[in-house]
Amino acid sequence: MAVKEAAAEHGAGLDSGTHEGTYSGGLWSWITTVDHKRIGIMYAVFAFFFFLVGGLEALLIRLQLGSPENTLIDPDLYNQLFTMHGTTMVFLAIMPLSAAFFNFIVPLQLGARDVAFPRLNAFSLWVFVFGAFFLNASFLFGGAPDAGWFGYANLTSTQYSPGVRIDFWVLGLQVLGVSSIAAALNFIVTIINLRAPGMSLMRMPLFTWMTFVTSFLLILAFPAITVGLVLLMFDRTFGTSFFNPAAGGDVLLWQHLFWIFGHPEVYILLLPSLGIVSEVIPTFSRKPLFGYPFVVYSGILIAFLGFGVWAHHMFSVGLGPIANTVFSATTMLIAIPTGVKIFNWIATMWGGSLRLKTPLYFAIGFIAMFIIGGLSGVMHSSAAADLQQTDSYFVVAHIHYVLFGGVIFALFSGIYYWFPKITGKLLSEGIGKVHFWVMLLAFNLTFFPQHYLGLHGMPRRTFTYQEGLGFEAMNLMSTAGSLLLGFSILIFLWNVLVSLRKGAAAGRDPWGGATLEWAIDSPPPHYNFRVEPTVHSRDPLWAAGGLDVDVNDPAAPEPHMPSPSLWPFILSAGLVVAAAGAVAKSLVVVLAGGAIVVVSIFGWAFQPLER
Amino acid sequence: MENSTAQHEHASVKTYLVVAAVLGVVTAVEVAIFYVEALEPILVPLLLTLSAAKFALVVGFFMHLKYDSKVFRGLFIGPLIVAVAIILAMLALFGVFGGGAGGA
Amino acid sequence: MTEHAATAAEQHHSYTGLPNRKLLMWAFIGSECMLFGSLLITYLVYRGRSVVGPYPEELLNIPFITVTTFILLMSSLMMVLALAAVQRNDMRQGKLWILMTALLGLAFLAGQAYEFTHFVHEGLGLTTNLFGASFFLLTGTHGAHVAVGVVWLLTLFVMAMRGRLSSADAETVEITGLYWHFVDVVWIVLFTVIYLLV
Repeated sequence: MAVKEAAAEHGAGLDSGTHEGTYSGGLWSWITTVDHKRIGIMYAVFAFFFFLVGGLEALLIRLQLGSPENTLIDPDLYNQLFTMHGTTMVFLAIMPLSAAFFNFIVPLQLGARDVAFPRLNAFSLWVFVFGAFFLNASFLFGGAPDAGWFGYANLTSTQYSPGVRIDFWVLGLQVLGVSSIAAALNFIVTIINLRAPGMSLMRMPLFTWMTFVTSFLLILAFPAITVGLVLLMFDRTFGTSFFNPAAGGDVLLWQHLFWIFGHPEVYILLLPSLGIVSEVIPTFSRKPLFGYPFVVYSGILIAFLGFGVWAHHMFSVGLGPIANTVFSATTMLIAIPTGVKIFNWIATMWGGSLRLKTPLYFAIGFIAMFIIGGLSGVMHSSAAADLQQTDSYFVVAHIHYVLFGGVIFALFSGIYYWFPKITGKLLSEGIGKVHFWVMLLAFNLTFFPQHYLGLHGMPRRTFTYQEGLGFEAMNLMSTAGSLLLGFSILIFLWNVLVSLRKGAAAGRDPWGGATLEWAIDSPPPHYNFRVEPTVHSRDPLWAAGGLDVDVNDPAAPEPHMPSPSLWPFILSAGLVVAAAGAVAKSLVVVLAGGAIVVVSIFGWAFQPLER
Repeated sequence: MENSTAQHEHASVKTYLVVAAVLGVVTAVEVAIFYVEALEPILVPLLLTLSAAKFALVVGFFMHLKYDSKVFRGLFIGPLIVAVAIILAMLALFGVFGGGAGGA
Repeated sequence: MTEHAATAAEQHHSYTGLPNRKLLMWAFIGSECMLFGSLLITYLVYRGRSVVGPYPEELLNIPFITVTTFILLMSSLMMVLALAAVQRNDMRQGKLWILMTALLGLAFLAGQAYEFTHFVHEGLGLTTNLFGASFFLLTGTHGAHVAVGVVWLLTLFVMAMRGRLSSADAETVEITGLYWHFVDVVWIVLFTVIYLLV
């Protein structure tokens, strides 16, 4: 929260000094804002808050597993913790952190003044925020969801999960899906239509490209889980039998619907990070990205193939030799475009004049860790090998090498890279490098031993293990690593606080970047570009002579921007009221929430964007 | 903005009426062949083809996709292909084609 | 949610020259393909797997549903006529066709309400068997889409009655139409798959 306040004051201070009537501080202005930059900052702050929550849940899990037959946490709480750790990190931390970058950076890279639908953007934010707190409110009402982050049927049936825990999960994820789909639709239109003149698709910055691809994954993947969740909700609330084998229902349908969403979801988490790294590496190598078209097309191919691999999460089901072979093959295929990207990044650095700043450290750390995670991924793309590894700590190690060693490292690379643009202050290089080395060491200490634990037979999602199975030393190592990992996050927070106060002023372009966001002030004025830029190449700021126009020309008329609106906030609240009513099985509350939704849709539709 | 409005002028009211008439006739044909026992063996592919034809008529003429920018076409047909592919894959996985009835 | 008033800021520069809201609607329709696709998967996977009756072949009334299908198809015709009228700023006809579209939509919904009630009387409830659950969920979701469309159309109609709809709003009518036709297209598929391919 401190970050938000600080950034708010900062943004307000700088802007109101130079331009009239831009940001007024105050809570109200944040609630009603439709400015993509403020929305991006709020996404970042809330997502980081939930990253800390999910991290604390992980630390409790690790403390419990630090010694055999530990009694720190009972099995019931343990189930809640691993379920909420996974759910939180996927839906409430990584996705919204990526969304924070989509919001803040993409319009700037496009040379646009905002997204295509500013109010829809605010709506996405508030639905996420309310949905996230709603999901976590379950801790206060009889316990959090406890059926794992993929909630396999029929563990989630009323027979095995009475009470409201699963209802919170079912409704919370539906609400969060609305947020993701709305945001993705917005960014698809923004990227198609709000590009600066001259910015053809093949001149778009890579981060914007990956945002574009991710948005398509979002609009196509989320409906599948929404339907799965609706079926589950009908089973639990109305007593249908979609997942009840006694009445002919098939529990496997849930697994399919979940993973038709779930595997594209993995790429939803990953592709923005690939985009970030594809921005950072050229900037700090002083070289355009090697093989730009290959990086773009391999991103598209990853997304497309991502819809054809879902059943590799289900090899242990026994789908039969044909299905197993097909899904093994498509899974192995995905390694090709992924490998292409890795070679492109390395080739970009090769022969470049490297400047070893913190963002590049994290980007290189990402490449190394992601290769390890990718290799263990290829290992269990083979159905035969997967049967040995599934549901063991080996897959826990794999997913963390991909999502922490991969995605989180890349997101930190992005944070160090764009923090100066967002706040106007550079993060400390010294503290940043300490942060990097501690995090890299701690990460490997935590998760590398889990490969061996898994191969030695330690199952995941089990609250303890017996003494003498040979798991003690490596679990202790992993727990020690996780505490150090938590400490590394504190180093980062300290860096943010110190740098916001005493950091060096960033100026427009502290890194010598090639893309449009570096042409304007840091932090950007609320209209971003006073004069619209025109683009003639992939790296407009590296072109001889730079941009044709002075995008900051103070003599140009100040652009008109959309007015604030409260409707997105109210509409989001209405959705969550309806969801809460559904959990409480109170028709009155559901209808009240529905009424709020309907009223605010009309209020919104008839409120002019600029007033 | 202007050019996109201009593009719709291709479809005239007369075209709309013809398309609607064809839609009505094809629907009648669909229902009719449903009752013809001689067509039983090819009922599934026949009905799916007729249904796809109606689908294409509405999307192409009423939704103007035939005349409109290819950006719209991409936004619709891309997801449609993914959706159809996943439906077919799921039906195969659940053995719906197993009985040989689903010749399509 | 798509009812944005088009303003200068939204259209400040448009790379493709295509309207933002129309792009939004097409992308949304793309997403809806997956929503109805997943519901269709559920229906088809569970076809013939109900362990108790009533079964589809005992209940589905083809002649009746052919009539409501025809009504929905004709509502699409009304919709394109409405758009054509609004585009040439013939608001008298525009109003009429918008209202006709909404009324035919309501007629379709009435048919669905009759069908659902009839099924319940025959002993098929939501929880009776897998056919009931997947049938009501799939056609109910479609019906909910029709209902949203009817409300949307009636809103346009009221605006038109108050003189707040003109050829300047042709884009709004066109986008409403895209939504409406898509709902029609979904029904074309459902009609064949649910009723004719029993």
